[in-house]
Amino acid sequence: MTLQQLAQYLLSGITQGSIYALIALGFVTIYNVTGIINFSQGEFAVIGAFVAITLAQETSLFNGQAVVTLTWPLPLAALAGVVAAVLVGVLLYRLGIQPARHASPLSQIVVTIGASIALRGMVLLAWGTDPYRFPAFTQGKPLKLLGAVVTRQGVWVIGLTVVTVVGLFLFFQYTLIGKALRASSANPGAARLMGINTRRMGLVAFALSAGLSALGGIVITPLTFMTYDRGLMLALKGFVAMIMGGLTNPFGAVIGGLLLGVVESLAAGLISSGYKDAFTFAVLFVVLLVRLGGLLRRGRGEALERAGL
Amino acid sequence: MKAKFSVGQLAVVGLVAVIALVPPLVRNNYQVFILTLIGLYTMLTVGLSLVMGYAGQVSLGHATFYGIGAYATALLSARAGLPSWAALIVAVVITASLGYLLGVPMFRLRGHYLAMGTLGLNIIFSLILKNEAEITGGPSGFTHIPPLSVGPFVFDNDVKMYYLVWVAALAVLALSLNVVHSRVGRALRAIHSSEVAAETLGVDSKAFKLRVFALAAGYAGLAGGLYAQAIHFISPSSFDMLFSIELVTMAAVGGLASVWGSIFGAATVVLLAQFIRDRLGALMEGASGEGEIIVFGLLLVVIMVFLPEGLTAGGLKAIRNWQANRKAESG
Repeated sequence: MTLQQLAQYLLSGITQGSIYALIALGFVTIYNVTGIINFSQGEFAVIGAFVAITLAQETSLFNGQAVVTLTWPLPLAALAGVVAAVLVGVLLYRLGIQPARHASPLSQIVVTIGASIALRGMVLLAWGTDPYRFPAFTQGKPLKLLGAVVTRQGVWVIGLTVVTVVGLFLFFQYTLIGKALRASSANPGAARLMGINTRRMGLVAFALSAGLSALGGIVITPLTFMTYDRGLMLALKGFVAMIMGGLTNPFGAVIGGLLLGVVESLAAGLISSGYKDAFTFAVLFVVLLVRLGGLLRRGRGEALERAGL
Repeated sequence: MKAKFSVGQLAVVGLVAVIALVPPLVRNNYQVFILTLIGLYTMLTVGLSLVMGYAGQVSLGHATFYGIGAYATALLSARAGLPSWAALIVAVVITASLGYLLGVPMFRLRGHYLAMGTLGLNIIFSLILKNEAEITGGPSGFTHIPPLSVGPFVFDNDVKMYYLVWVAALAVLALSLNVVHSRVGRALRAIHSSEVAAETLGVDSKAFKLRVFALAAGYAGLAGGLYAQAIHFISPSSFDMLFSIELVTMAAVGGLASVWGSIFGAATVVLLAQFIRDRLGALMEGASGEGEIIVFGLLLVVIMVFLPEGLTAGGLKAIRNWQANRKAESG
């Protein structure tokens, strides 16, 4: 393997890993506030991407029985995609998660899995099985870095992920809602005593993480096609990234996502592309069975106890 | 003298009679095949409800063991040249042993992690089926699986397979009822309500979980082998993650901790899927493929939120409450 190849694998890995990082951030946000692992997280990415695609270009719906021809500017379409996913997230919380909040963890897992395949089915009915694509955000020749090729969209993906992570940090650190979210995750009882409506915070967490996932889905679509069935796999990868990062740590989740992207890219390039997804789970088993606290975390905390470990 | 049969015993006799009488009444091979599928899925669902409902462990990868049983039967009979009955038996033993072996690392995990681990197992299994085409036939599947034959008797049509599958399903149900009402069953329920308390009382929770997981894997192996011998063709899509989730739906509809509910859950989901496919196919061309997953997904959410004991147990409870209320009013 030449240095150039290595650089190439690393760059494609980081690009793909950015999406896992955004989805993992969504997982962490919801888990910290509500204690739920939301397996339908990946569907937000799919829904966001499909709504944005539909608004930005000619798209056939319902197996060609309806054709939508809109040409919204890209940023507006992307924003609308994020908003649509946020609405779905809010509805999911109100109709599925909130009524089941006292159920056993086993029931809650099954509820989010059920929501995941229900949403997948709805996307299938509306958009069919065809893969869809989006034009790159900016046109032009790919850039070169250390002899490796980076598409312009790749730069967008990495750039937007960095901006989002920084923005999220500022949000959690300096805004009232951000602080209330952190309080609800640190100590829900005390947060309630301080007048924070923790149930509403659950809603905010679902909205926020739906938006994060949708953003991930939208920026990755110009690079890899979007199909109705990608959601569950994206969710699983995001969850693996979250576990690698130590479950409750947002920055750990980002690092976990990037690391997972790189591992996948290296494994697909050097060992076997057919087994790309299998490596994700190989990594997961190693992390789970060898270091239960995640790669970036020492010891076992209260959050792990909550997860039943 | 009055015959002393309990309602339960009468229900069992009725069920067996209905199962025995259906094929002559239906006389349509396709419908007989659908009813055979219900029998196969009942075996899968019983196993899953033992693992989820009684031992309280999530398994989102049960289709893996169904697939292992099917592919092992196919390989042993079509490639290794074993007689088909021996292939079936060996496949069941292999599947149960693999269930035990995979359970050893798997049950170090709990809750969300176990859910994730079992899903991961199913995904890896599907990838192996698709990638190792020389052994498994790859995405296009494995063809020419010989039918089951015992001596000169060949199970070569839908009606014969139907009876065989349902005899097997009833045997699996009977065995499971025995397990549930034995010391093992009590230990499992103790683990479900509190693993720590069970351990304190001397229940080796890990050993029990492993045994029940191996038993459920064995049921799945049997169902998979019979499936392969019934339709002579298998492909990876029958054993993917979505089918695992469909199985969870069946277990949830029947009530997670209900052995008899498994038949009801399997029947409801199979017939519902059939109905939706027919309707959706007519309504929207080409959308029939996976469209039914919307309904399964919603069903899962609604049942887990509102009727966590399943349609049967939840429904029975409602009826009992209603009868109690009526008695209280008249008395």
